[in-house]
Parts: sequence; C-alpha cells; structure tokens
Amino acid sequence: MIINHPLLGPRDAQEFTYLGDASLISRPDAQDDNAAEKFHDYLYLRDNPAGLHRELWFHESGDRSWLVVTRNTVTHEITDVQLARDVARKEGRSK
Amino acid sequence: MRYSGFKVIKEALTGHKGWTPQWRDPEPQSHYDFVIIGGGGHGLATAYYLAKEFGESRIAVLEKGWIGGGNVGRNTTIIRSNYLLDGNEPFYEFSLKLWEGLEQDFNYNAMVSQRGILNLVHTDAQRDAARRRGNAMILNGSDAELLDVEGVRKLYPFLNFDNARFPIKGGLLHRRGGTVRHDAVAWGYARGADMRGVDIIQNCEVTGFKIEDGTCLGVETTRGYIGAGKVGVSVAGSSSRVMEKAGMRLPMESHVLQAFVSEGLKPVLPGVITYGAGHFYCSQSDKGGLVFGGDIDGYNSYAQRGNMPVIEDVAEGGISLIPALGRVRLLRAWGGIMDMSMDGSPIIDKTHIDGLYFNGGWCYGGFKATPAAGWCFAHLLKTDTPHDTATAYRFDRFRTGHMIDEKGQGAQPNLH
Ligand SMILES: Cc1cc2nc3c(=O)[nH]c(=O)nc-3n(C[C@H](O)[C@H](O)[C@H](O)COP(=O)(O)OP(=O)(O)OC[C@H]3O[C@@H](n4cnc5c(N)ncnc54)[C@H](O)[C@@H]3O)c2cc1C
Repeated sequence: MIINHPLLGPRDAQEFTYLGDASLISRPDAQDDNAAEKFHDYLYLRDNPAGLHRELWFHESGDRSWLVVTRNTVTHEITDVQLARDVARKEGRSK
Repeated sequence: MRYSGFKVIKEALTGHKGWTPQWRDPEPQSHYDFVIIGGGGHGLATAYYLAKEFGESRIAVLEKGWIGGGNVGRNTTIIRSNYLLDGNEPFYEFSLKLWEGLEQDFNYNAMVSQRGILNLVHTDAQRDAARRRGNAMILNGSDAELLDVEGVRKLYPFLNFDNARFPIKGGLLHRRGGTVRHDAVAWGYARGADMRGVDIIQNCEVTGFKIEDGTCLGVETTRGYIGAGKVGVSVAGSSSRVMEKAGMRLPMESHVLQAFVSEGLKPVLPGVITYGAGHFYCSQSDKGGLVFGGDIDGYNSYAQRGNMPVIEDVAEGGISLIPALGRVRLLRAWGGIMDMSMDGSPIIDKTHIDGLYFNGGWCYGGFKATPAAGWCFAHLLKTDTPHDTATAYRFDRFRTGHMIDEKGQGAQPNLH
C-alpha cells in the first residue's frame, strides 16, 4: 500500500505504524458523569466496518507525523489522507 | 455410513460404487430449536456436540458460502496446549484432550499428528519465561520440557545456532502439540452432525436478526426467514459485521493473517518449530510442503489477502532461523480474516439479547480451540451457563478489568 502523505507525497506503508480507528482522536472527558462507561466504549469497542475506514497511521520512519487515512478495508484502496493535527483542530481540539 | 479399514477394502474390490455423500443438502425448515450461524470449524463442532453430547436434534448450521471456506480451511493447522494464564490454559488443555480422541469420536481421519512443538529461546530472559510457562502448563495437566541447546541440536541440527545476534539457547518442547488436517476437521464434524440430524445449509447468508422485546426470535437469510429457539453466532472474522445487525459493537478488529506453503520436499522437519527472535513458525505437511507463517499484516482488513512487507518479513525470519530455506521455492500464499479481540483472548458468552449467543474473538489461534469451543458453546447454548473451562471468556471482562492478556499488550489488537 502507498500512503499519499500530505507533506511528503507518496510513501510506502511500510514506513508507518498502524494504531487503529480514527475515533481514538476524540478522547472522552474524564470529568463526565458516566466517564467510566464512555472510556470503556472508547478504549475497547470498535465499529470495525467492511468498507471505508478512517484510521490513524504514524509515520515512524519518516517525519513522525500522525495521519488520518481513509482506506477501504475490503480492497485496501486509500482515498483520502490528512494530517491528524488538522483533523483534530477541525473537531475543535487545540492541537 | 461408518468408515473403517474393512469398508475401504470392500469398496476397492467393488469399484468404489458404494460411497455416499458425507452430508445432505437440505432445504431450510421454518423453525429450529438451535440455529448456528457460520459453518466453520467452531459452528460445525457446536452443532455436533449439541447433538451428540447434549441430546438435541432440531439444529441448523447456516453458512454463507461453503463449509470450510473460512479460516478453518486457511490456517496453518497447529494445535497446542501451551498457554500461560489461568483463564486460558484449562480450556486449551480440554481442547487438546478432545483432539486426542477426536478421530475415534467422529469416525473420520483428521490426521491428528502429535509431532511436538518447540518454542525456541534466544536469551536468558526468554529461558526464564519459558520455564515459567512450562510450569503453568504442567500445573494444568499439560506437558512441557525445557531443552538446553544440545537438546535442540539433537532434534534440529540444521538450525542457525550460532547467529551472532540471536543464538539459540534452548527451547520449550510441548510433545503433545502438533498438526491436524484442517479441512478434514470441518468435514468430520459436518458429517458427524449430519448423521445426528443436523441440517447443514450452505449458500445461506444471515442478513439480519428478528429481535422483539429484547428476545431474538430468528434470523433473516438469503434463503428466507428461519425461526429459532436460540441463535449462536460463530462467524470468526465476520463477527463485527454480523453482530452489528443485532445492534452490537464488539471489542474487536478484523485483521488479515497470511500463510505460506513451499514446494514439496522430502521429510526434513519432523515437528513444529517457532522462532523466538522474529515472528516465524514452520511445520511440514504430509504432502511435503513447508507450511509457515508469521505476523498479521497489522491494519484492519476484510480482504483475505495481504501485502508484500509481511511476506518479506516472514521470509527473512525463516531464513535467519533455517538458512537452508533460502534454496526453497514458495508455492502459494493466502490470507484469512482474524477476529482480533482487545486482549487477544476469545469470548464465549450470552449477549444482552435473550436467545442470542456469541462465540468469537479467536484471533490467529482458534483452530486448536475448535473441539473445546464447540463443546463449550454447545454447553452454553443448552444450559445457559458457561462450561467450567470457559468461565473467563465473558463480554464484560473489559468493563470489569478481568482481561486475559497473554502478551500483556493492552487494548491494541494488532499487537496480540
Ligand atoms: C493464515 C492463518 C493461519 C492460522 N493458523 C492457526 C494455527 O496454526 N493454529 C490455530 O489454532 N489457529 C490458527 N488460525 C486461526 C483459526 O483458523 C481460526 O481462529 C478459526 O478457524 C476460527 O473459527 P472457525 O473455524 O469457526 O472460522 P471460519 O472457518 O472462518 O468460520 C466462520 C464461517 O462463518 C461464515 N459466515 C460469515 N458471515 C456469515 C453470515 N452472515 N451468514 C452465514 N455465515 C457466515 C463464513 O463464511 C465462515 O465459513 C489461523 C488463521 C489463519 C487465517
């Protein structure tokens, strides 16, 4: 698989390590009333779709940036790549 | 029809005209007491034990393709009882004991071969870990022997003993471990279940559940609605997709695991060996091909095929352990979809929906579990209580903190 890095261009997926579903960006608030329940779902439950999947890849042997890659889990085709930082900011996070 | 040596000779003398199909091809009925989804090893074993051990007869196994087309026909066929943790080892020991009597039990040649498994150690720390694991195995009724380097050399003189970075320092030998002809396991259970009245319905994909007031009443399929007293889901890599139709999200990711087989060779490898310094394991099939594998590819996948980097990594591991492998040609490679759970251990449990039960999360190690998983799932379906050896395989262990994490990796499925 080739990941089209937004800053560095096409890179072999071998340069990256894989973390998982991009929902991991949206950590629950530890002050919430039912925080324990929310952390259980956040940490352990996954949609695990067959089809488009937004997921976190870390460019470990490259510029060490985190990316959000949209990839089809049935065909392995990659259709979108963004810096995780940009995605997090769009979701209202400070960094 | 019972199979025997006498029957083989008789058929040989009469032109092989007396063999009949090993199972029927029935039309689905409108209602069964038990509907098992998934005609893999686990689903078929569940139906077999429900009929044979728990006296049930109105049972159907629904399979979306053909039986044995999933992971049961794609794995590297290793069976073993060498786990460390209390929640696991009694279960896998139960499974190995069932393997030991299986062929007589279901009257089918599954080529169960207890040729021994050797886990190599390359450092002092690994030797300590092997000693601890061996003790845990022995405490649970399994067998383990710690070999020094001379002991390993006697068994496998051709290994790369004096590698500067990863010298071989010994190994943990589990003599009762071995290999089994995987397809024959699916076929043997299918035939045994069919003989006891189980309907095995192929080309029948479950597309939804009928759930009313928190009770599961039956399943929608590509061959129409089928009512059920109880529904057991056992679909391995498709677990999340099927349970989503019942509104559930699982503690699981689906990942692709590849396996490889070489051209046929004369007998070179009498047992199973695993490399302790890279992810590579290998055995030789009775046809002569070396059967080997390594890590999962590491990203979510439903593709049943993997990518080049893992192939390269496995080949590197293989050649660094057995330099002679460099001369061997690779014949085939394939992939299967693993139901990777969050702690690397399985779930055999009821769901919050009455009448709906789940068996899955077997990661890359569910083949060895097939007999016990079938038995324990049948026990749960029949009695609504877990079998003694499967009490830890609960859905709520992630909530209560009772994870069974053999590798101590945490909630990261691609590391288990
Ligand atoms: C390459 C590889 C190597 C492995 N090596 C080993 C090993 O050496 N030792 C070991 O112990 N384990 C090994 N495993 C793991 C083992 O194969 C699996 O854990 C085990 O086979 C899973 O259980 P099963 O046999 O029931 O799965 P499967 O055979 O996958 O059965 C599940 C069935 O469910 C069906 N299904 C899915 N969705 C639906 C639906 N909606 N409706 C109806 N049917 C459906 C599928 O078609 C499939 O036939 C390996 C796996 C792979 C891929």
